[in-house]
Amino acid sequence: MSMEFLMATGVGALTAVGLYLILLRRTFPVVVGLSFLSYAVNVFLFTMGRLTIDRPPIIDAAQQGYTDPLPQALVLTAIVITFGMTALIVVLSLRAFLETGNDDVTLDVTPEDEAPGKDRTEASR
Amino acid sequence: MTNPWIIAPVAVPAMTAAFLVLALRHSLAAQRVVSIAATALQLAVAIGLYIAASDGELRTYLLGNWPAPFGIVLVLDRLAATMLLLTGLLASGIVLAALGEWDKRGRHFHALFQFQLLGVNGAFLTGDLFNLFVFFEVLLIASYGLMLHGGGPRRLVAGFHYIGINLIGSTVFLFAAGLIYAATGTLNMADLAAKVPLVTEANQPLLAAGALLLLTVFATKSAMVPLHWWLPTAYGSTSPPVAAMFAIMTKVGAYSLIRVYTLIFGASAGPLADIAAPWILPAGIVTLVLGTIGVLAARRVVDLVCYSLIASMGTLLIAIGLTSEAALAAAMYYALQSTVAGAALFLLAGLLAPEKDSRVSFAWRPQYATLFAGFYFLLAIATVGLPPLAGFIGKLLILDAGRAASAMATVWPAILITSLLLTIGFTRTGMHIFWIPSPTPEEPAQRAVPIGPVAVIAGMIVVVAALSLFAGAVMNDLTAMAEQLRSPQRYITAVLRAQVTLNLTGE
Repeated sequence: MSMEFLMATGVGALTAVGLYLILLRRTFPVVVGLSFLSYAVNVFLFTMGRLTIDRPPIIDAAQQGYTDPLPQALVLTAIVITFGMTALIVVLSLRAFLETGNDDVTLDVTPEDEAPGKDRTEASR
Repeated sequence: MTNPWIIAPVAVPAMTAAFLVLALRHSLAAQRVVSIAATALQLAVAIGLYIAASDGELRTYLLGNWPAPFGIVLVLDRLAATMLLLTGLLASGIVLAALGEWDKRGRHFHALFQFQLLGVNGAFLTGDLFNLFVFFEVLLIASYGLMLHGGGPRRLVAGFHYIGINLIGSTVFLFAAGLIYAATGTLNMADLAAKVPLVTEANQPLLAAGALLLLTVFATKSAMVPLHWWLPTAYGSTSPPVAAMFAIMTKVGAYSLIRVYTLIFGASAGPLADIAAPWILPAGIVTLVLGTIGVLAARRVVDLVCYSLIASMGTLLIAIGLTSEAALAAAMYYALQSTVAGAALFLLAGLLAPEKDSRVSFAWRPQYATLFAGFYFLLAIATVGLPPLAGFIGKLLILDAGRAASAMATVWPAILITSLLLTIGFTRTGMHIFWIPSPTPEEPAQRAVPIGPVAVIAGMIVVVAALSLFAGAVMNDLTAMAEQLRSPQRYITAVLRAQVTLNLTGE
């Protein structure tokens, strides 16, 4: 019981922290938030084969029961992928910071200088 | 029935991309030759597989010869073959359109392009849910590189949005896969389809949560409202050939919706039967309406194309949400034509841009106005859904499929009124670009006609015209495809029987 409670609370806390950080305006907290989300999902994937302790990961007649090895393989895949993705987004946010001079994630879709109709109305005057 | 050729659409781009990165990184000319040859080869394989799949038999390929529920299996059915053929056609056009101008703007365009094809083809072929996640990641990683291709601050910030939303999407996909595995103990799609109806009552809420989380992932990929907002920013900031290639990516989302919610959570899924349909249909209608409003409000040609893509995804989602056999066939027909027309529109928007990037305000007058206006006119007709081009036939088929359903009172007005509004939006934009003279004082510098993209756009228009001309034959194939989709038992037996024959030969 206590084990399940600990895992569930842990996954919930990690997800909550991740979600909060993702909603911030700066790139660094967003990247950290994405990492927290991926930690949450990694822990979550472990529990999806049900929590079993002190059991071998293969079916053995001498032992009672077994622990499911497949989630661990899935977690490994997920860790590798999110690790690569995190590296990519760190580099990207660094380059965006260096090129634009700030680390704000907002994007003005139509900035002043390219607002359409502006030069047209001026021309027609 | 196993078929070794099924691995080719995955293996060819994988090896080509690695070869391009490792051996040909310094020679753009050699890269182009290899990339075009590999894309042509993929198109040829896709045509061959389409012809093979058109006998209605399902073919499988067991990776590493591991039997079906334990190893990963690639499955070729009519739907996968159709999507492969569409990808092959689109990719051959885009690789030619990117030659000369856009593949010089940054390094590794062709390698990234092949990696993207690897992910897209793999996603269409795989018969395993976790493997679908992996192929999604492959196509996304490649698309991150392609999206940033050419650089620039705006592209970087938009790229951050795009990567961020997709990383969140990947996390949700993992949560969903975890829940589904926890409830069923398998991630093989055929095995899932067999086991989902048998899940105990205690586990059903878990499985339903997994199924609907999966819906949010595919909704993000297919730009379903309210998860559509990333698309105009991302596609509007990238280079035209890449945006044209991305037109197939929303269809990967639509494909996954069709695959998962007909095979695993389809009509025969017991208590969870058609779990997503009540969400997809209204979301599709809202997507269509919001996309249309976006078209009316668009201030740049690229934005217009992006929002028309969202509107066409809305129409497609409506057809998927109707879930009937006729609706699925109509959905695929509409998806084929809207992908090709959308890609051509992205390429055209790139040609209308004055200089470096794809941004263009309506004040600019193009040099080849007559030719481009002709293209724009035909593509607008195809996208909006006016006769005689395929968009009209597609929408007509969807309306006809909606006639039988109880949803007629919402589906018909939504599609008909938005078609009118889309016509107004495209007409207004066309008038602004081609008829109102440029207020800019100096004429833009004379440029040579970009033969590649022009020829490719013309070719894509020919494809759309061919789709309308041979609509009867195409619809016969697609109806057979929908029929195959609606009988998941054939998929299940084809995948799980592959294991039996393998064991017999192995012993």
